[in-house]
Amino acid sequence: MLTGLLPKGFLTRNETLVAGVILAFCVLATLSDPLFFTVTTVSDLLRASIVIGILAIGAMVVLISGGIDVSFTAVAVFAMYLATRIALGVWPDMPWPMIFALAMVAGAGLGAINGLFIAFFKLPTLIVTLGTLSVFRGFLLTFVGSQRISDLPPEMRDFSRGVLARGTTEAGNFYSIPWSILALVAVIVLTWFMLKKTMLGRSIYAIGGSQESARRIGINVQWTQFFIYVYVGALAGLAGIIHGSVGRMADPFSLVGLELSVIAAVVLGGARLIGGYGTITGTLLGVVLIVLVQTNLIVIGIPTIWQSVTIGMLILLGTGVPAYRAKRAAARAG
Amino acid sequence: MSGGPHRAQGFTEAPEFKLLIIAVAVFALMAVLAPERFLSAQNMTSMAFQFPEFAILALAMTITMMTGGIDLSVVGVANFSAVTGALILTTFADPGMGTGGSLMWLSVALLASLAIGAACGLINGTLVAHFGLPPILATLGSGLVFTGFAIAMTGGSAVMGFPDVVAWLGNEQLFGVPVPLILFVILAVLLHILLTRTAFGLRVTMYGANPLAALYAAVDINRMILKVYVIAGMFSSVAGMVIMSRANSAKADYGSSYLLLAVLIAVLGGVNPYGGYGRVIGVILAVLSMQFLSSGLNMLQVSNFARELIWGVLLIFVMIINTHGIPGLKSLKASPSK
Repeated sequence: MLTGLLPKGFLTRNETLVAGVILAFCVLATLSDPLFFTVTTVSDLLRASIVIGILAIGAMVVLISGGIDVSFTAVAVFAMYLATRIALGVWPDMPWPMIFALAMVAGAGLGAINGLFIAFFKLPTLIVTLGTLSVFRGFLLTFVGSQRISDLPPEMRDFSRGVLARGTTEAGNFYSIPWSILALVAVIVLTWFMLKKTMLGRSIYAIGGSQESARRIGINVQWTQFFIYVYVGALAGLAGIIHGSVGRMADPFSLVGLELSVIAAVVLGGARLIGGYGTITGTLLGVVLIVLVQTNLIVIGIPTIWQSVTIGMLILLGTGVPAYRAKRAAARAG
Repeated sequence: MSGGPHRAQGFTEAPEFKLLIIAVAVFALMAVLAPERFLSAQNMTSMAFQFPEFAILALAMTITMMTGGIDLSVVGVANFSAVTGALILTTFADPGMGTGGSLMWLSVALLASLAIGAACGLINGTLVAHFGLPPILATLGSGLVFTGFAIAMTGGSAVMGFPDVVAWLGNEQLFGVPVPLILFVILAVLLHILLTRTAFGLRVTMYGANPLAALYAAVDINRMILKVYVIAGMFSSVAGMVIMSRANSAKADYGSSYLLLAVLIAVLGGVNPYGGYGRVIGVILAVLSMQFLSSGLNMLQVSNFARELIWGVLLIFVMIINTHGIPGLKSLKASPSK
């Protein structure tokens, strides 16, 4: 039988449900607009997924550990703006890998602040990150700057021009796949390796399952938690600087407000708020679905003003179905 | 945290006493920094008009936090119900119609937005109680949906053009007291009585302090949670009507900074976000401190961004003190886990 070949619980997993919804979306969209299913759409989708994808991988790691982070967009925009300002002020011809490293270090530093309060002061993650969201943003806009910078360092502009593939379809539509997709791939591979192949990754899952059990088997819960927020901060810094380079503008007002959509993507992919659950495949599928809804809702006949409702409904369905099933299972077990 | 009711304690030992000191200190500080303007009667009145809207949202946050939950949809509910009320007013009430007619439509609009608030609360409660969603995700998702409905109903623009009586709710004074302040006081007293003098309040506190014990004590938890979120929804819709009246319009994205503020005030007011402890008097003192701080900073011409920064710092600082006490700042090792 076919079911024997599939992984256990394949049909009821979030990944399968989300993939099904994406497939249905694409079929509907292609039926209503045959031009939808083209290489142009796919490359647009990929480009739109890079920044959200990197942020989502970070948010997933936090959710796996049983926390929630809403401050990562502020971290991203802070790191991006700070790195750009430093590059422009110190060495305008700074090579782009150095600017990127600067942004990641800045992001990691801000993440360490979150980590300090969460791991060592044991404060609730939501409240800490709600607080740091406004602290980071307030600090950025008050002390670092509130002007949009469109005159970026030349190296950042060069980076945004680099493409892996570009071309024009027979229908005359232009498509391009930028270098920055490689950053997403690198983040995916690195995070996959860390979560699946290292003690650290197993510790993150263990903490999400039960902090007390993790402590008793000898995991250093505090430093692992601290590391998680530093890692997420560094990823946010990377996502921020890519956003700035590709958009060719360092805008201190951008990105913040996106955090709910990113968290939506992650929980759609099956990560649970109680911790211990979450896969990269699921998260990426969630990202694709959210990006589809954000950019192509109109193609399947739903006006764009219904976008928030659609994303909200998806969050409720994506988390409600597994939660309800878990509750029923718990009730049956007595 | 120990939590639980603090009975037979000296007045100065209650945790709310610290808040009283903070409120008085902030007031004194601002009075010293900007004496002519901060202490003027005009500033006092304008502060009394400003804070009720987010203070009511903080009350809604308080009751959900008492159960160990949180309501991230308060602003969404407020805007959704305000937009509904506003559309009723602009569709049926004519600015030229007499006071009688306008008043009738105003009451219809008020009832409709309260009903919307209650319905939103019922949805949140059902998601949390019956479907077992974590309150953070349930209200985050539903908040997007409610805001989304408000956007879809208005196309994203502001609804305006109300009869004059609507302004009464947010801008008039009754016997020299601003109407929004009266509304806030009524709701605060109501919530205080509900939490301290009724069996329902006891069940909320019990469940927040220890959900398992409450289950074994035969508390109908699902019913209790439904009620908690319905109350939070209705409070949010009252805040929405006050915002609508003060802005003389309704829009899907009004008051977006109020969510953080409502969480901040509840936490500052000593409400335990893990559940089980919270007093309305603490929340009121926290609201006053925040309003004094906010107006004072405004007079010192501190930018909105810096104010956001200060709020965030305050939220984390207060959480550290509430969780660890003052010594917690000095020694991390002696931290009791939650």
